[in-house]
Amino acid sequence: MTGSVGAPAERREGREKVGGTARYAAEFHSPGRAQAWPVPSTVARGRVTGVDTAAALEMPGVLTVLTHENAPRLAEPDDPTLVLLQDARVPHRGWFVALVVAETLEAARAGAAAVRVAYDAEEHDVTLTASHPGVYVPEDANGGHPALREQGDPDGAFGSSAARVDVAYRVPPLHNHPMEPHTSTARWEDGRLILHTSSQGTGAVRAALAGLFGLPEERIVVTAEHVGGGFGSKGTPRPDVVLAAMAAHETGRPVTVALPRRCLPAVVGHRAPTLHRLRLGADTDGRLASLVHEVTTHTSRIKEFVEQAAVPARVMYAAPNSRTVHRVAALDVPSPSWMRAPGEAPGMYALESAMDELATELGMDPVELRIRNEPGVEPDSGRPFSSRHLVECLREGARRFGWAGRDPRPGVRREGPLLLGTGVSAATYPVMVGPSTATARALPDGSFLVRINATDIGTGARTVLAQVGADALGVPLERVLIEVGSTELPSAPLAGGSSGTASWGWAVHEACAGLAGRLAGHAGPLPAQGLEVRADTTGAADSESEFARHAFGAHFAEVAVDTVTGEVRVGRLLGVYAAGRILNARTARSQFVGGMTMGLGMALTEGSTMDAAFGDFTESDLASYHVPVHADVAGIEAHWLDEEDSRLNPMGSKGIGEIGIVGTAAAIGNAVHHATGVRLRELPLTPDRVLTGLLDRWT
Amino acid sequence: MKEFAYVRAGSVEEATSAYASRTGARYLGGGTNLVDLMKLGVEAPAALIDVTRLPLDSVEELPGGALRIGAMVRNSDLAAHPLVRHRYPALSQAVLAGASGQLRNAATTGGNLLQRTRCPYFQDLSKPCNKREPGSGCGARDGVHRDHAVLGHSAHCIATHPSDMAVALTALDGRVELVGPEGARSVAAADFHRLPGDRPEQDTEIRPGELVTGVVLPAATAGLSSAYRKARDRASYAFALASVAVVLRLEDGVIGHAGLAFGALAHRPWRARRAEEALLGAAPTRAAFEHAVDLELAAAQPLRDNAYKVPLARNLAVDVLSRLTDAALTGRAS
Repeated sequence: MTGSVGAPAERREGREKVGGTARYAAEFHSPGRAQAWPVPSTVARGRVTGVDTAAALEMPGVLTVLTHENAPRLAEPDDPTLVLLQDARVPHRGWFVALVVAETLEAARAGAAAVRVAYDAEEHDVTLTASHPGVYVPEDANGGHPALREQGDPDGAFGSSAARVDVAYRVPPLHNHPMEPHTSTARWEDGRLILHTSSQGTGAVRAALAGLFGLPEERIVVTAEHVGGGFGSKGTPRPDVVLAAMAAHETGRPVTVALPRRCLPAVVGHRAPTLHRLRLGADTDGRLASLVHEVTTHTSRIKEFVEQAAVPARVMYAAPNSRTVHRVAALDVPSPSWMRAPGEAPGMYALESAMDELATELGMDPVELRIRNEPGVEPDSGRPFSSRHLVECLREGARRFGWAGRDPRPGVRREGPLLLGTGVSAATYPVMVGPSTATARALPDGSFLVRINATDIGTGARTVLAQVGADALGVPLERVLIEVGSTELPSAPLAGGSSGTASWGWAVHEACAGLAGRLAGHAGPLPAQGLEVRADTTGAADSESEFARHAFGAHFAEVAVDTVTGEVRVGRLLGVYAAGRILNARTARSQFVGGMTMGLGMALTEGSTMDAAFGDFTESDLASYHVPVHADVAGIEAHWLDEEDSRLNPMGSKGIGEIGIVGTAAAIGNAVHHATGVRLRELPLTPDRVLTGLLDRWT
Repeated sequence: MKEFAYVRAGSVEEATSAYASRTGARYLGGGTNLVDLMKLGVEAPAALIDVTRLPLDSVEELPGGALRIGAMVRNSDLAAHPLVRHRYPALSQAVLAGASGQLRNAATTGGNLLQRTRCPYFQDLSKPCNKREPGSGCGARDGVHRDHAVLGHSAHCIATHPSDMAVALTALDGRVELVGPEGARSVAAADFHRLPGDRPEQDTEIRPGELVTGVVLPAATAGLSSAYRKARDRASYAFALASVAVVLRLEDGVIGHAGLAFGALAHRPWRARRAEEALLGAAPTRAAFEHAVDLELAAAQPLRDNAYKVPLARNLAVDVLSRLTDAALTGRAS
């Protein structure tokens, strides 16, 4: 053991990224490379009755215009959002109805503007309400969770509870908006397809392309060398992948499709809006007798995706009677999908806000209320936890934050025009892990080469996997080379569900440990090609665990609410996490802080508005969709406990990419209530909402 | 692609004659808005007359104490200029409240005045907008309009003007200097931008071919104080939900001069004349401020989703008036 794991190793590609030499998917310049620009539908429902491409085709530099009438026929994919230019149907506004391919990006854009599309438009319905007549209870929510779970008699127990909270919350649609838009550069060579893309997992991209184009996977190479963020929206292949491959096929040229920022809200998934109803019933000591979390959300007409926002309520608190249920309405909206902590982020906002309301109702400290409801086993499944240190996170967070002695009264701390308050929330995120392969090779020069089709989406995966490998080999970190981000490498799952490091690291550990064993028994110099060991964790990583495995955390926030404007500023945000062994202190802190910052955006600034008349999201650029800027993030701290858990993987790690966003919005919302005495139940807490609430209370 | 001519003008005369000789020309300053609009297809100029090299890039004090700001002075230089910071703090504060550091480094004074609304319907060619395409309708009126106008809007247009700087210039009694085919003239900043009426496509009173050459601020007489305050969705890089610029002088314990302008409430910076009249000669009390501001905002006609702007603007104005008078009174006492 050389102690690489846990060290704050600098990310290996950091210099390339800062210096601008790291190549992203749009930067694979091969001779004759063409550019493309999509044409989005301007109706929310209907059919294309005609596409007039004549003006576009006459424009200088335009090579071709693909439409549903001339695009290559694709096999039916598993993912209906990839059935591009195959028929005249328009399932939502912004759906691509044509693609202009041209010599330059400017020519492609101008060509796209010149394409005339005629529609047979139908009435559309894009407005989600809890009482929408189309609402139904699906079989499963995202992640394969049963849509409905019930224990005991939640309604009866609620009715007879001494303390009750019955409240509704709303989380708006949210967009992932990674810095790098979804981009693919494709070229065909001798019947082989080579695609450079921006994806969280190239294996899934290759599998989708193989199906769509009827090609064996061996004839497709997909790389994602560097990825400028994804936050879930690059977890599945997106239209750029299919359009680039089609356009390259039709033109015989390499083609880049970099989706314009303004197109992203409609075609790369979004966090669906969620309407929550929470009913908590407790005895006078604060022990929950009943927990009911009912979620209503939307999906598109072509794909059922149900944000699993009631699922964390199955994990968090001991309540003998409970109901967690998801309802969904299929509307004429873009297809929702994964966005950082799908389910947990909106679900824990609602649950942890309701817990705060219950604490207020009981006159109990909200930290204490959570501790009092700590379960012995996972409430819904009855399984023991592999490890659960939520209480320790709450206590350590309270200590670091200075929670003790907090005056619980809302709306009493004034500094001039500012009202000050503090809030707390718990956080949880499940441990996921999947089978992976990897190879490790000892080279005669004393270095070691680890190869695995992991994807580094900005998390530092390269660096962390090298650390895992170095320790398993018992060599210094700098002697371990690593290759990731290509389907030419040993297959591995995607970077998603906070499972990447666990899944890949397991295989890297096995390969490197196996190689260390081989080397121990090896005498004499290594052969020129070195010695290689291959590992495959199938059967181990995907075996069913008898334990409930989750990471936990606690968030504390301090806010100042300006009574003049309704502006909320977060002076301090502090998170404490119990997420197994932390493999790289530097990159882990970035993940936690990044998640918390995204949670701050969810709380205060980020919101997307469905335009009922036109059927699209109004905020379509980064000037109007407000992700937090530096000035919004004052003091932010992430800490973790040294949690040991031998029931996870050889590294003892839990995922850390998503838990930072979970609970942050509730902690901030609870602090706003503590500051103002106003309980706002719809995110984001923008000045218009906060000021209106203040005026109702204070005048 | 859509081709356009590019001309780099070396003098004001060159610029105006280049403009006159080409139909569909536009002057190009920092390009922070115009180039975006060209990419969106909202603007499609046949020629860009680059005026950033014109010798209009200085801030100078005129005889008598007035200040002339050249139209090509970059926003960051304007905000940092010592005379601006000391004599017209509202202007410096307003400029710094807008955009981001990178944008302010590029944007010019003239261009800032001429930037166009950020109404999402204006920026989206697939939707109706009377400002972009007269007669096509207004998507915002029954659509998403939380950010839109509450004062002076019309059936044709409910857009707001996005500039912070222009709000301060309006309250400071600035004048916009123009040179055009018919010679030079100046227009009060308060009158430079228009209300939409039935011609929302016309943002300003500028005449075809006229070039903004500068802005002149009257001398800041002794005791004149000013401040700008803006409310927004995030702490930086967001357009105002509402903003206010206040210019104030106390004389013998009463208000001797009041300049008050609101941003993000209307199609132009909203000079609050009624409030100013009510303030003039009044004792600087919170009640007087509230009364004056309420008189002004009585004309507000909020839409379905932007009624919050009225109390927000009221709070902002009363707050800034109170802070300025407190500072003035404290300053006098010391």
